[in-house]
Amino acid sequence: MTSLRKFENGVLTIGTFAAAALWIFPLYWAFITSMRSEDRVVSKEAGVLPDEFNPAAYIDILWNTNLVSWYINSIGTAVIITFTVIVSGMMCAYAISQMRFPGRRILYGVVLASFMVPSQALVVTQFILMNDMGLINTWAGIILPQLIVPVVIIVYKQFFDAVPKEMREAVVLDGGGDYTLLFKVYLPLNWGITTALGIITFIMAWNQFLWPFLAVTTEDKMTIPVGITQVNDAFGVFYARLMSVALLGAMPVAIAYLIFQKKVTEAVMISSGVKG
Amino acid sequence: MAMLTNRRKEMAVAASLVAPFVLTFALVFLYPAIRLVVLSFTNSPLIGAGEWVGFDNFTRLLSDKLFLTSLKNNGYFVFLTVIPTTAIALCIALMINRLRGSLQALALAIFFLPYILPVSVVTQIWTWMLDFQFGVLQPVIAFFFGKSVAVFKNPYWVMPTVAMVTIWWTNGFNVLLFIAGLRNIPKDYYEAAQLDGATRTQLFRRVTWPLLWPVTALVLTLQMILQLKIFDQIYLLTKGGPFNSSYVMLLMVYREAFQLNHGGYASAIALVLFIVIAAFSVLQYQLLRAGGRR
Repeated sequence: MTSLRKFENGVLTIGTFAAAALWIFPLYWAFITSMRSEDRVVSKEAGVLPDEFNPAAYIDILWNTNLVSWYINSIGTAVIITFTVIVSGMMCAYAISQMRFPGRRILYGVVLASFMVPSQALVVTQFILMNDMGLINTWAGIILPQLIVPVVIIVYKQFFDAVPKEMREAVVLDGGGDYTLLFKVYLPLNWGITTALGIITFIMAWNQFLWPFLAVTTEDKMTIPVGITQVNDAFGVFYARLMSVALLGAMPVAIAYLIFQKKVTEAVMISSGVKG
Repeated sequence: MAMLTNRRKEMAVAASLVAPFVLTFALVFLYPAIRLVVLSFTNSPLIGAGEWVGFDNFTRLLSDKLFLTSLKNNGYFVFLTVIPTTAIALCIALMINRLRGSLQALALAIFFLPYILPVSVVTQIWTWMLDFQFGVLQPVIAFFFGKSVAVFKNPYWVMPTVAMVTIWWTNGFNVLLFIAGLRNIPKDYYEAAQLDGATRTQLFRRVTWPLLWPVTALVLTLQMILQLKIFDQIYLLTKGGPFNSSYVMLLMVYREAFQLNHGGYASAIALVLFIVIAAFSVLQYQLLRAGGRR
């Protein structure tokens, strides 16, 4: 490698991390702000360097908001959504991929088409439906419209299609049916894809804003993304508290991401079809 | 006879496997979709019955100033986000792809992290960053433009600012897609080109760009669809203001349905939004595929 190339490489690496520093700055700044007293936050002398470690804003948030209920609602609904979407999607994909039944092609066509439908366009009539069923302001009301994630079926079908036929025969000879095949052969062979799809579905459900915002009417039933907007209304402009609630709301998924970084990266790539 | 019962049994098993999805789909997706179409031809309130009004809602849309503004703003927002975010993501992916090992993991984590934040966390942070009086970015704005700007209260600044926040938030997803695409390009291509003395620019133009085109097309399509559906950031940052300068279609659906109690009219707008998105995604996909074949 020539010395010019080496120099270029050094400059590019430094440039990359300078850009990264700019990119992460908003989160850094939110953290610094959340650790200051409200007076310090708006004082002229406060610079961009950390200078205070004052947990007052965090304590205030934990005491004076419904943050804990929002956590419970978010975790509860997101876990149920993820589990249901994965299991129902896997079963449906298995039938489409491995079995012959009338309407199979039409069903897959519908799945592919619904992939294109913006679910946001349906919120009005989904709201009417949930209202008719008396499910507004309940977990069921938050969960039901989020259970359709066609991409899960599409990805599972691709992976099930690729499982060698010989794997089936041993089980079939032993008298195993399709349920045995699915849960004893196809699922264990595709654990990787299952965790990947699970992670993606969970993040999507956790971050969902529009639907829970419409489906919930009281503060104690709110999920994290909807709940933290209430803090704004309750406190007015108190930025240390606003930043601490924002960071508390972001924390569970952020920590999970930092732990499972590789898995999340893979999950995004697989579910968008750029890596199979 | 045994064959027939076997066949029947397989049918029953298949039905039980698809049932959970199909029933949920029929209830919360298909039925609301059909009802949306029906409702768009009526003057019903959000809850309760209305009368059939034919195409009235749609003709009314054509002369509704707010709808035309929203349509225009949706277009403007797509213009402000789709190509910029694709370009920025490609640059970042190229920069990250050069790095190795833990440095690469670190850079990737930093650029991806905003994507997993809930939208309201993102809007709260940026509201604070850009606060007119105390925002940490106001001195930067003052440096370049001579004075501080209340960005969310200024009709000229509001859409570009929301676009910037959106790019910061969602860009990491595109970066990942590009990195996956870059990893799929065989190393030999680069080695062969380097042996022939190709420069960095030539490598990019002759090897990377053409081989990456399918991913670029995918990113452009996904972004186009995503950005047409904008609601969350606008609602949380501006509520469509100032003077409707950031009003978008989905915000109008929300207002008509949930604030003004016009279920029928809101459905008509939602239906138009749906058709626009479907048409654009089919059209764009075809165009990009044609571009890729050349």
